[in-house]
Amino acid sequence: MSTPLLEAQDLHVHFPTGRRKPPARAVDGVDLAVAPGEIVALVGESGCGKTTLVRTLLGLERPHAGTVRFSGKPLEYGSGALRSYRRRVQLVLQDPTGALNPRQTVYESVAEGLRIHKVVAEKKAQGIETTEADLVAEALSKAGMRPPERFFMSYPHELSGGQRQRVVIAGALALEPDLLIADEPVSALDASIRGEILALLLKLRDEHGLTVLVVTHDLGLAWNIADRVAVMYLGRLVEVGRTEEVLETPEHPYTQALLSVVPEAAQVEQVVLSGEAPDPTDVPAGCRFHPRCQALESGAAEHARVADLCTTRSLPVLDPEGGHRAACWIALGRPTDAGAVQATGASEVTRPA
Amino acid sequence: MTTPLLQLRDLDVVYRTATGPLPAVRGVNLEVNAGESVGVAGESGCGKSTLASTVLRLQPSNAEVSGQVLVEGQDVLSMRWGDLRALRWAGASMVFQGAMHSLNPVRRVGQQIAEPIRLHDPSVSAQAADAKVAELLEQVGLPRSRAAAYPHELSGGQRQRVMIAMALACGPRLLVADEPTTGLDVMVQAQVLTLLTDLVRDLGLGLLMISHDLSALSSTCDRVVVMYGGRIVEEGTADEVFDDPRHPYSAALAEAFPRIGDPAARFAPAGLAGDPPDPSDLPPGCSFAPRCPVVFDRCHIEDPTLVPVGPGRAAACFKVGEHGAAAPTSQNRMETA
Repeated sequence: MSTPLLEAQDLHVHFPTGRRKPPARAVDGVDLAVAPGEIVALVGESGCGKTTLVRTLLGLERPHAGTVRFSGKPLEYGSGALRSYRRRVQLVLQDPTGALNPRQTVYESVAEGLRIHKVVAEKKAQGIETTEADLVAEALSKAGMRPPERFFMSYPHELSGGQRQRVVIAGALALEPDLLIADEPVSALDASIRGEILALLLKLRDEHGLTVLVVTHDLGLAWNIADRVAVMYLGRLVEVGRTEEVLETPEHPYTQALLSVVPEAAQVEQVVLSGEAPDPTDVPAGCRFHPRCQALESGAAEHARVADLCTTRSLPVLDPEGGHRAACWIALGRPTDAGAVQATGASEVTRPA
Repeated sequence: MTTPLLQLRDLDVVYRTATGPLPAVRGVNLEVNAGESVGVAGESGCGKSTLASTVLRLQPSNAEVSGQVLVEGQDVLSMRWGDLRALRWAGASMVFQGAMHSLNPVRRVGQQIAEPIRLHDPSVSAQAADAKVAELLEQVGLPRSRAAAYPHELSGGQRQRVMIAMALACGPRLLVADEPTTGLDVMVQAQVLTLLTDLVRDLGLGLLMISHDLSALSSTCDRVVVMYGGRIVEEGTADEVFDDPRHPYSAALAEAFPRIGDPAARFAPAGLAGDPPDPSDLPPGCSFAPRCPVVFDRCHIEDPTLVPVGPGRAAACFKVGEHGAAAPTSQNRMETA
């Protein structure tokens, strides 16, 4: 893999929860790499730390440990450096109706970023003759709003849900970012509109080489557009790999459970985990998933002779570039230094029959 | 045959607005039997929530309803106020979307669940109501101690369980759930759907579930109807509608949720261009014609009616009668080039 465009190395973000209380370990050791031109889906339940991870990648949170690198260079947290960073990395949020000012026209919404970053003046300095209207029109048509001039004076309430999300994306594209971070870009939209926005993200990647990190709990979305998938659980990535590998032959019991409850993938028996994403102030010892793990409960871990490790020994942070990996003792097998017998062929044990 | 729990006959709902009449539901016929779950699918503005609101006569005051709504054979629309009060909660109850806003933030959830119990039967003692609340909480999979919690102390999934417990408080035979899982996480959504399925099975309830998510409906419901522009455009068993849709609109909805592992859906998200029709300005002919991938001349002139296409199945599309199947799947793939 070439130099990743965006890289997180052993990232930790903790929040204080009060005096004499343990901090919430929202992001608790994450390695993630996004290559130029790649679409990566970050998947997990609410409360698993995806939003904190994204905020940290955007420089909105300072990590307690670890670094964020962009184009190989560590992120600087000075206000000037952050401003230019945030021009290259744009964020698209879930709900376009909330993201747009209802009293601003489409033109104003898209032009706002251009003005903040003084893009027209900068282009002139580079000898490129352009106007704000040209740039707004270009961004809108890239986002599929054609002819762009027709939408200049429209207000958000005059647009459909899909068009509003296109305007939000156009606002991001106007700054010619290298990376787009999309947080649940379609979950607030109707099913029929979903496809059109996902197709737009794919098209932007194919035609303009845009890199996209999409945060979602929708595995179907990942199957639709992502090259790679990273599954997050309680502050850690528990499984990463190419989309086909992770979604067709998931190795981590958590990924298997997530997939089993998606009606579109339910050829396997449903594993409905009880409870919700657990408390980040009280991360379980051993494997952080073990209190809810169906493989431990069913005896599959026992069979693979790793059950003792599941409850006592924490797992290594996954290497972001190492292909398909799962942070699960059953998948990894018993390490040689862990005493007792080496388990062989352990990863086959939990595969759904 | 026993009387169905819910019957909608030729239901029409028109909103009277400043800009003219707005037909939200047009000629809907629907039945829900005891122990059966029926799903209503469709996108925003298709009339599905309006439909749900008429079951308990909860529609806004500017809505004009015609046709019949029968709950256990009784006509809800012409019912006296006292009878309607008795019917709400005890005969049929409703679970709304967005549990956070439906619960009172400054009262303990136990008190809120007890409220309908004591209102419906003032002779119930406080202890008896508390015991009933504890039983209801356990029925929806929450520990009885959670009765003392305030809504903000509960997670989204737990709040939705409280809403379901409250809906079950007076032992209704029919449950109407409007987008019960929207906004919940996949795993929590699966938990709530499993709970609803279990309740239908164990208590023999009838369930009418409204959702824009055809995939959630297909995993919970026995039968599904698909609505578009205020009409039912397709009905059938949940599996049939999801796996083998006959109406091109159902096909588009089903495809919006790709089958993981399906190579055709890789890098090819499916969807439907265009917007749902404006109810105040419906196109002539078939209201789906402007967005339909298999449209032809006749669709712009004549409005297709629901015709049977198999046992228990019907679809409102001219193409269905001709070729047996509607839109070939590839036509809904979005242009990415």
